[in-house]
Amino acid sequence: MFEGIMRGLSEAIKGMRGKGKITEANIQEGLRQVRTALLEADVNFNVVNEFIERVKGQALGQQVMRSLDPSEQIIKIIYEELVRLMKGEVEKPEPLFHFAKDRPTVLMLCGLQGSGKTTTCAKLAMLLRDRHGKKPLLVAADLQRPAAVEQLKTLGEQLGIPVYAEGPAQPGGKGPNPVSVCNNAAAHARSAGYDVIILDTAGRLHIAEMPMEELKQIDRQVRPDDVFFVCDAMTGQDAVNSAKAFDDALDLNGVILTKLDGDARGGAALSIKQVTNVAIKFMGVGEKLSALEEFVPERMAQRIMGQGDVWSIIEKVQRVQQELSAEEIEAQRKKLEKGDFNLDDFRKQFTQMAKMGGMKDMLGSMPGMGDLIPEGEDPDVAIKRIQGIIDGMTKEERKNPDVIDLSRRRRIAQGSGTEPHNIKQFLNQFAQVRVIMRQIANMSMMDRLKMLMGMGKSGMIGPGGSLPKAKIGTGHRKTAKERADERKKKRKRDK
Amino acid sequence: MVFGALFSKIKQGLAKTRSLFSSIAQLFSFKGRVDQKFLDELEKRLYLADVGTYATQEIVARVKQAYLDKEVSGEMVAFVKDQLKSMLTAPSQGIAFAPSGPTVILVAGVNGAGKTTSIAKLAKYCQGQGKTVCVAACDTFRAAAVEQLTIWSQRLGCEIVKNQQGSDPASVAHDACEKTKARNFDVLIVDTAGRLHTQTHLMKELDKIRRIVIKQIPGAPHEVLLVLDATAGQNAILQAENFKKTIACTGIILAKLDGTAKGGAIFGIKQKLDLPVKFVGLGEGLDDLEVFNPTEYVEKLFED
Ligand SMILES: Nc1nc2c(ncn2[C@@H]2O[C@H](COP(=O)(O)OP(=O)(O)O)[C@@H](O)[C@H]2O)c(=O)[nH]1
Ligand SMILES: Nc1nc2c(ncn2[C@@H]2O[C@H](COP(=O)(O)OP(=O)(O)O)[C@@H](O)[C@H]2O)c(=O)[nH]1
Ligand SMILES: [Mg+2]
Ligand SMILES: [Mg+2]
Repeated sequence: MFEGIMRGLSEAIKGMRGKGKITEANIQEGLRQVRTALLEADVNFNVVNEFIERVKGQALGQQVMRSLDPSEQIIKIIYEELVRLMKGEVEKPEPLFHFAKDRPTVLMLCGLQGSGKTTTCAKLAMLLRDRHGKKPLLVAADLQRPAAVEQLKTLGEQLGIPVYAEGPAQPGGKGPNPVSVCNNAAAHARSAGYDVIILDTAGRLHIAEMPMEELKQIDRQVRPDDVFFVCDAMTGQDAVNSAKAFDDALDLNGVILTKLDGDARGGAALSIKQVTNVAIKFMGVGEKLSALEEFVPERMAQRIMGQGDVWSIIEKVQRVQQELSAEEIEAQRKKLEKGDFNLDDFRKQFTQMAKMGGMKDMLGSMPGMGDLIPEGEDPDVAIKRIQGIIDGMTKEERKNPDVIDLSRRRRIAQGSGTEPHNIKQFLNQFAQVRVIMRQIANMSMMDRLKMLMGMGKSGMIGPGGSLPKAKIGTGHRKTAKERADERKKKRKRDK
Repeated sequence: MVFGALFSKIKQGLAKTRSLFSSIAQLFSFKGRVDQKFLDELEKRLYLADVGTYATQEIVARVKQAYLDKEVSGEMVAFVKDQLKSMLTAPSQGIAFAPSGPTVILVAGVNGAGKTTSIAKLAKYCQGQGKTVCVAACDTFRAAAVEQLTIWSQRLGCEIVKNQQGSDPASVAHDACEKTKARNFDVLIVDTAGRLHTQTHLMKELDKIRRIVIKQIPGAPHEVLLVLDATAGQNAILQAENFKKTIACTGIILAKLDGTAKGGAIFGIKQKLDLPVKFVGLGEGLDDLEVFNPTEYVEKLFED
């Protein structure tokens, strides 16, 4: 869990708070802590340094706004810069898929061993069928890993989506090879009326020459419309090395970041985008085949910052709150907007989170709340204690914690089996949570919040919702040469 | 750990990607005195190997203290290597086999880390020591996980205890213990489903498997090995922390060290948790497992 890092960053923020003006001197220490936090989030070292320089440049050049604390201003700069860097071009957004017009669309997934390719193939097949109305065919092109074909077949069966497979490779190089399997699958798809085929390739190291050559052969012969690099969100500094090598070999169309349901901070997202300029398109958030979401840079930014992934909280709350009426949502939105977040709301969130399970993970991803669990303490115990404290308060105290004086603290402590100083500590921490809630509401993110809130039922991410339909692509993926030219241009433009 | 042969094998393919890697060794071919710039460079190279803030700051501070303003020298390279080594565990003795009766090895880790493959390699390693091996397919969750281990057991010619996908992993563990006792196998290696250390219920399930093993065989589990992916960054420390807490890990298998990632998180893990690395994985084949040796590991950090 990322309490430690969150604590580090809240320290940094605290240090910058109330300094009045942004000067080199008063942000130096704060930025140093931000740098450490980013490194701890596994953002690539070189990317971090560039990033810090950029933030510093912007901060120093900026007027100090009267209504904002300088620290808040810097947090905002950091957040917006992270979002900007991870977002694709705003004017010309990349479609999720480039659908071919005159033949079945070919998607190819590639990446290191164990990153989640096979699972993600199945997830994409399900998404394409259920949300894009496609008729997909899965292709078992991993003849390397024992039972890889069997794995894909099992997943296909679960989904009721057919899998093209040619049995395992034979000793001595006889029997099917991945290139011919992909070619044959493409031909089969055409004659059998499938409109998308998804190639599940074997995991390989980016420095392994022959296996990389094999992928290039598939790329040349089967001409995928989209090549996705599947990357484990827990990857460290090496993410840029593998992503760059795969991009150089295949000219990737997108990155899919998996296993984001854990507590990995996912610095690889920023690193890969920076180094390859390939858009991150999807995130894997679980082993279930429905656990694939469209990449949301805002959420990723919050996650990397360790400020608490407020958007995913809101979204998860939405999921269990299906019964919550529209007015209630509106009321809650208004409250958040005003920063008027009291202990009743806090407790409500708590109960909702308990319903969802995984309370501890949720706490870690709520802004400021990581601080509520002291380092080294069993989160279960801490959660129980906090619940006890809140339950020991009167309605009035929950509405307005400011009335809680020493005698009330004593009473609450007694009722909840804690010490008066525990109560004080908790209230201080809660005050911070409230500040952050208000700050978030003020961080020019109202539109985003509104967007997310409004999406509750038909939402982009909600279970009943549908992903926005991707734009129709312009036809086939370009040839290697066209792509190389384009890349050259692209790189020039970025400079 | 025979990195040499393996590396020359890989190096052929390295030329293109080479320039991306910053080798620590290169740093010491610099001429001149140790100044802030030099220390910054050292810091960078350690960070790029995923060594992490804590261990990196520690090493840089030690070098600064001993060598600031002194000439960069060969002696200094030896010093830095020694410092790094002192921050790792002693050379691994491999598996601590039970003095009598079966040895049980429980293997766990996050999804896709390399558990099943490492188990196949471990089984081969045990067979190489003249032991009879049984493996338990307690990953009853992931699609075709049982088939995967079955194929390995066929290649190894070792016994496997399994049940259908979706069945109770604890009961597979139970049956495997019974069979191991009844048939007098020397070693039982228990494969488990991948799980994120944040998934409380799945961590509990793992503990349940462990308890079954404890109940069934005296002194078991003799080893509880956590498989970490060498490409993982600082999250590996959180993994180690949580798995250790739940199932009392005795050591680590650092898989996928044949790539360009260095697995530097093991420094932080040693500092924080004192959990030793026992084996490293260097490929997808049955022979690609080596007993961990800190000297060779540090040499690798300094290579390429
Ligand atoms: N928790 C979690 N596990 C995942 C996710 N995606 C894949 N996995 C798991 O990661 C492991 C490796 O996945 P697999 O698809 O076999 O990877 P491949 O080797 O790249 O094909 C399996 O245990 C999957 O269930 C994800 O988004 N979250
Ligand atoms: N290059 C390399 N690949 C490995 C190594 N260990 C495992 N793998 C691969 O990583 C993937 C996942 O391994 P597996 O044992 O199924 O992981 P599990 O999900 O943890 O059981 C497979 O494709 C393995 O072949 C290693 O040391 N080096
Ligand atoms: Mg696979
Ligand atoms: Mg496995």
